[in-house]
Amino acid sequence: MEKKNSYSRRFFIKASAALGALALVPKYVSSFYRDIKALIVPVKEHINLTVSVNKKPYTMQADTRSTLLDLLRENLQLTGTKKGCDHGQCGACTVHVDGERTLSCLTLSAMTVGKEVTTIEGLSEGDDLHPMQEAFIACDGFQCGYCTPGQIMSAVACVKEGHTGSVEEIKAYMSGNLCRCGAYNGIVESIQKVAQHETI
Amino acid sequence: MRPFEYVKPKDSKEALRAKTPTGAYIAGGTNLVDLLKKNIAVPHQVLDVTQALSDKITLKRSGIEMGAMVRNTTAAINPTILEQFPLVSKAILAGASPQIRNMASIGGNLLQRTRCPYFYDTSLPCNKRAPGSGCGAYNGENRMSAVIGYSADCVAVHPSDLCVALAALDATVVVQDAQGKKRSILFKDFHRLPESAPQQDNTLPEGALIREVYIPKNAFHKHSAYVKIRDRDSYAFALVSVAAALQLDGNRIVAARLASGGVAHKPWRWLAAEQFLAGKETNATVFAEAAALAVQDVRPLAHNAFKVDMLKGAIETALQEALQA
Repeated sequence: MEKKNSYSRRFFIKASAALGALALVPKYVSSFYRDIKALIVPVKEHINLTVSVNKKPYTMQADTRSTLLDLLRENLQLTGTKKGCDHGQCGACTVHVDGERTLSCLTLSAMTVGKEVTTIEGLSEGDDLHPMQEAFIACDGFQCGYCTPGQIMSAVACVKEGHTGSVEEIKAYMSGNLCRCGAYNGIVESIQKVAQHETI
Repeated sequence: MRPFEYVKPKDSKEALRAKTPTGAYIAGGTNLVDLLKKNIAVPHQVLDVTQALSDKITLKRSGIEMGAMVRNTTAAINPTILEQFPLVSKAILAGASPQIRNMASIGGNLLQRTRCPYFYDTSLPCNKRAPGSGCGAYNGENRMSAVIGYSADCVAVHPSDLCVALAALDATVVVQDAQGKKRSILFKDFHRLPESAPQQDNTLPEGALIREVYIPKNAFHKHSAYVKIRDRDSYAFALVSVAAALQLDGNRIVAARLASGGVAHKPWRWLAAEQFLAGKETNATVFAEAAALAVQDVRPLAHNAFKVDMLKGAIETALQEALQA
């Protein structure tokens, strides 16, 4: 997706000279200068970024428009994180950013530089599943499985935040994750199971 | 999404200087990224202000100051806010999902756009999105729309819960304009009514930044409640919501605050009902009279007449809950 630059060398020399001259004039035309500059200087639509995912740094060039979700799935092939609605309504794309549950579809990848991203792939340690993953299997916390990575990431955060006092509280604090199969009861049970275990 | 340049200014001065007329500030991104994807917001430049703006909550002698970059969750669980301004926490926790509250900023919460479906569907008319195209909801599907303060040009409602609490508590918004000058805007003057220019949600000057939101100290911390009625129990926008706060002397009301979301283009204060409550005793009859006084100015549209009774009930419930809080 390399973008060809359509401006000639001569155009650039002329434009730079014009801009240089404009830069010298008093402050009241500086806003005009800024507008002209926005019109003729090509906008940088790609950025180089380093993002830390599951404790591993990745350096790449990305479109400024790319969301963290697209970066994970398309650039890093970490397809465990799912794209449901892509508009922040379903929670399927939930990941942890600096330990807090976040919607990766509403996060620009450029804004995650310097932060630690944890996805469903980073939850288990080697072949040992995370207790929440074990609980989802034991309690039938899923049917088709599409919302499950988001549910599990959200559930882990829900326990960590301490919102497991009652079924109502768990449901309220898991309301950002929709399940079209309706595995909600199993999801609540999974969370209760992990929460109980953690308080013992 | 249209191409844009991404910039991350180090401080507010740099942010104000770097912003081009077609630039947009981004904080939590929970509303803007959605608008970018739908080509409703088409900036050529996106300025990430997460580093430039304060994320501190500071208790001062006369009130509390929340930096524009304070995340909604951070504010909702802040011990000082929970103790002295619990209405703020209650309102925040009634909104969105935990994920969105973790991301969304206080400043951005004030600036979020309406959730009117006509605004989001680019194939339909909407004066807020495309000025002059008409208001699709005024004579269309307006179940979720306003019941007061609207015009034939726009019947959209402001979606925020936090802003209802801030309106009730007479907050001020500290803004910094493109020239770097700081000033305070009273919360009641921050959001506008649609009139004939619904494309303007608020009075924030062009290119300006919200720096802080300030809430003056008050005596409402003992008795406050936020009641939100919606289509599902959690993670939905309000059909109607009510923030109620009472300052009591025994069972006599010294002062009352009542504000609503889901009813108007801006968080709506029920001033006549507040005045009525001052000096009265706390009982169900007084609360019912206050609620009746509030809804007498309400003018529902074709599909939202249900909001009148719902609002009346929500005001009574909120006052009761505030009393028992």
